Amino acid sequence: MSQHHHEHDHHHDHEHSHGHAHSPPQPDDKVHSYYQILGVALKELLIEKGVVTADEVRAAIEARDMITPAHGAKVVARAWVDPAFRERLMSDANAAVAELGFPMNTTELVALENTDEVHNVVVCTLCSCYPRELLGLPPSWYKSRAYRARIVREPREVLAEFGTLTPDSVELRVHDSTADLRYLVVPQRPAGSESLSEDELAALVTRDSMIGVTTVRA
Amino acid sequence: MPLERFVEGDVVRVREDYPIGHFRTPVYIRGKTGVVTRRFGAYGNPETLAFNLPGEKKHVYEVRFRQVEIWPDYKGSERDSVHIDLQDNWLEQP
Repeated sequence: MSQHHHEHDHHHDHEHSHGHAHSPPQPDDKVHSYYQILGVALKELLIEKGVVTADEVRAAIEARDMITPAHGAKVVARAWVDPAFRERLMSDANAAVAELGFPMNTTELVALENTDEVHNVVVCTLCSCYPRELLGLPPSWYKSRAYRARIVREPREVLAEFGTLTPDSVELRVHDSTADLRYLVVPQRPAGSESLSEDELAALVTRDSMIGVTTVRA
Repeated sequence: MPLERFVEGDVVRVREDYPIGHFRTPVYIRGKTGVVTRRFGAYGNPETLAFNLPGEKKHVYEVRFRQVEIWPDYKGSERDSVHIDLQDNWLEQP
């Protein structure tokens, strides 16, 4: 049985016959890698030396975890309903998203608009660059070697596996974010959404559509 | 500030070089030819920053490569493309 299997929740169902009950294995029972141990050691040293406090580290993690794709969805919905905002988003995305209260930290944002002619999809083949300020933490598949290698090699097959069929008349444009730029896909506004409010539109916009592996449907 | 050597529309080739160190130029694109589609300005050089060394900023360009030119057996539209952000010191005139 694989170690992975042990993490599932069937353990509490069985009693041990040797007289005592173990507590079930926990997700953090795994052995830490060299770099995880290095990270923990660095954090502990910084706290011991008074460079940062444990509470500041906790608060920074908490702030990161509170960013969700709903932030990016608000940006997309605003671009759909407000042509002037859309113009600003395409020409100076950092300033445009700051208007909505989403500051980019040290990175520069580029908005990529999907059209009838071009479908954009984003990857970081080198690591996991992602517009975290707008979408939160990337999904695990985005960081997987399979996605990173295949989306630049056979993007149409990968999109088909996500259930997304792109006609050959559409240019499939893969953006490999290798430098200081971060990419947000602005999906096409779906047909039949004309009567929806900005908030209702934002509710349609999913994380995956802003990475570009799917479209938005009304 | 270093000179910005290329503008939109310029045909460029990525240096085919495999040095040891920290580089942000994916191996699959080295030696390939593309077209500059956007200029982003100058950024700190990750090749020296990775080692906490001082270094001159480098201009970064978005370069478009056609998939059929990267992968001879590519299946899909001839217009399909990969756009990559590349540093000036990795680009040369073909």
